Amino acid sequence: MHTRREFLTAAGAGGACAAARPAEAAISRPPREMPPAAVGMLIDSTLCIGCQACVAACRDANGVEVEDTPFALAGWNAARTWDTALDLDGRTLNVIKVWRDGTAEVKDRASDGFAFAKRHCLHCVDPSCVSVCPVSAMRKDPETGIVSYDPDACIGCRYCTYGCPFGVPQFDLAVPAGKINKCEMCRHLQAEGRIPACCDVCPTGASLFGPVAALQEEADRRLAAAAGATTTFPRGDIREDRPRHEGVVPAYLQHTFGETEVGGTQVRYLSAVPFANLGLPTLPDFAPSRLSEGIQHTLYRWLAAPVLAVIGVAFLVRRNRIRQARDTGREL
Amino acid sequence: MAASAERLRAPLITPLTLVLGLLAAVAAYFVVQRFALGLGAVTNINAGYPWGIWVVIDVVIGSAIGCGGFAMALLIYVFNRGEHSPLMRPALLGGLFGYTLAGAAVLIDLGRWWQFYNLVLPWHMNPNSVMLEIGLCVMLYVVVLWLEFSPAILERLGWTGWQRRIDGIMWLLIALGIVLPFMHQSSLGSALIVLGTKIDPVYQTPFLPLLFVTSALAMGWGVVIAEATTVSHSFRRPSEHRLIVRIARVVGWLLLVWVAGRFVGLMVRGALGGVFAGSAAAATFWVETALALFATAVCLSPAWRRSEPLMLLAGLAIILFGALYRFAAYLVAYHPVGSYSYAPSVPELTVTIGIIALEILLYLSFVKLFPVLHATRRAPAQA
Ligand code: SF4
Ligand code: SF4
Ligand code: SF4
Repeated sequence: MHTRREFLTAAGAGGACAAARPAEAAISRPPREMPPAAVGMLIDSTLCIGCQACVAACRDANGVEVEDTPFALAGWNAARTWDTALDLDGRTLNVIKVWRDGTAEVKDRASDGFAFAKRHCLHCVDPSCVSVCPVSAMRKDPETGIVSYDPDACIGCRYCTYGCPFGVPQFDLAVPAGKINKCEMCRHLQAEGRIPACCDVCPTGASLFGPVAALQEEADRRLAAAAGATTTFPRGDIREDRPRHEGVVPAYLQHTFGETEVGGTQVRYLSAVPFANLGLPTLPDFAPSRLSEGIQHTLYRWLAAPVLAVIGVAFLVRRNRIRQARDTGREL
Repeated sequence: MAASAERLRAPLITPLTLVLGLLAAVAAYFVVQRFALGLGAVTNINAGYPWGIWVVIDVVIGSAIGCGGFAMALLIYVFNRGEHSPLMRPALLGGLFGYTLAGAAVLIDLGRWWQFYNLVLPWHMNPNSVMLEIGLCVMLYVVVLWLEFSPAILERLGWTGWQRRIDGIMWLLIALGIVLPFMHQSSLGSALIVLGTKIDPVYQTPFLPLLFVTSALAMGWGVVIAEATTVSHSFRRPSEHRLIVRIARVVGWLLLVWVAGRFVGLMVRGALGGVFAGSAAAATFWVETALALFATAVCLSPAWRRSEPLMLLAGLAIILFGALYRFAAYLVAYHPVGSYSYAPSVPELTVTIGIIALEILLYLSFVKLFPVLHATRRAPAQA
């Protein structure tokens, strides 16, 4: 649903970018490059059947408790048999959401249809969370590009939550000593040579793990295939030869979300309904941290400007205090 | 300056201070609860709104209201308007508590407060983070404020040796007290740039640091105007109106340029349409503009300027303008990912009110304990 305000906002943002681009580009720092051994995921919304095996596997792999519904439903789920997280929160790293329109009859159709959306960290190439974290608790691995979190560094300011364009990092507000909760691409499993739990268990290959370049190639293959043709989809790790999932090429939107958005992401999406419906905001290609860092480093390079300012102001202060003392005949 | 200030001879405990103390005590109860049970037990912040009023009112707005000392120092020592000196110490004292309690509010709000010291460990510092600059700069400024104010305390204690020592480095303290607020008050604006399209284009601009620091200066002068007009009434001191007029002229022009600059900025960026969009951000934009223009009209009109009630209103309008601008930029113009909304909980509000009450209580106590206010003829006083 697009309200008039949202439309105007989007139009304003677009216009703003176009008009102010040259000056902003001049002060912005250069974009970050894709790391050499970047790994990521290709998430194909059309392949997702909403089974939530990935959500359960994610909890297992990362030792997070099953989330109870925020609504009071007379303890029907007291044993926590069912995972009822509605969205990412302080204990949910990964969630499957459903989008519906009208009668929700047909999957992956924009009107009177529905679609599944998988929500977790997109492991941005130029991540805002890493840029804003004052204590370097958020870091991007220079080889794999995995964006990791270190609770021993974190002070809990939640600037990463505020800054992330996808609303991903979440602070656990329900306990006195909470921490940020965010998908780290199962880096502990990858360190053992395994793959992210969610991709490992996905029955249809809707969550597919692998090197970003290979995943993008696969995405391009799907986008190029004729809608309605039969084809097969790799599952698990794109480099593995697991039995493939057989299916029909859907009417994809001709765009891989994350290929360019905010400087690119390592987790990318394919969909047949507008990406905004899947909770993926419409974003410019420009990573906003380029501008904020550009401005900050222009003002604070070598701390030269502040130090010069203190010296200059101190000089004026001394001179004026002496003058004022002389004029008024008072002590300072 | 030092020679002309004297402490207010009035009882420390009055009905007003008792009420303020009570408000602070209620707040303390919820602060204990926050540390015992977690942020979620006391506040309404959520997955979409990680920052609530503890950040936006207590820290972002609170520190800007504390810019009185900064604004006065700039006028007195850099632009050499020495005749404003009598207003210096009261302004400094306001800033002292504004900033000290903003720092305390940060500790209450930080989710992992016990690791707070990581901010000052070089191997943890991230120079790309605007937050790092704000954190370090505010910490240093709180120390500078206490040192800047310390002569008033030392004078009362009669520790002349220390007074002389502090006075020897006062030029450096004053310089730091001017440069540091320029840095972190502008950074409080820069902090929003990285949010990109999450901030409404009516508010999102690369000029945020400039808009924030100049409006903080205006707020500082607004506080001085309001403080001087009310304090001189409630304490039955003669008006310091003549001094206020000079400040009014400066702040009037500053606000006019600010409002005009904001319009031009929106035009250049092609985002002017947003202010007619009927959105919440457009509404706050117009209210801010109206408040600023009202204050400008009073400050720049020689006839209106003579009216003390009007000047008080203008001072309050400036504070409200700056506060609303900050509140709107951080919370109203902010679009969370997903359909979240935020309104502070009652305990959350209580803590914010308690912090403000404590600020006023400490201010009132300090003017009675230490030589802060401009010395004039003896007058019966009560508060
Ligand atoms: S999606 Fe958010 S949390 Fe993940 S890397 Fe990007 S900015 Fe960071
Ligand atoms: S909450 Fe923690 S990880 Fe997030 S920005 Fe603050 S210190 Fe960094
Ligand atoms: S990569 Fe791991 S942590 Fe991230 S969503 Fe998948 S299972 Fe969860």
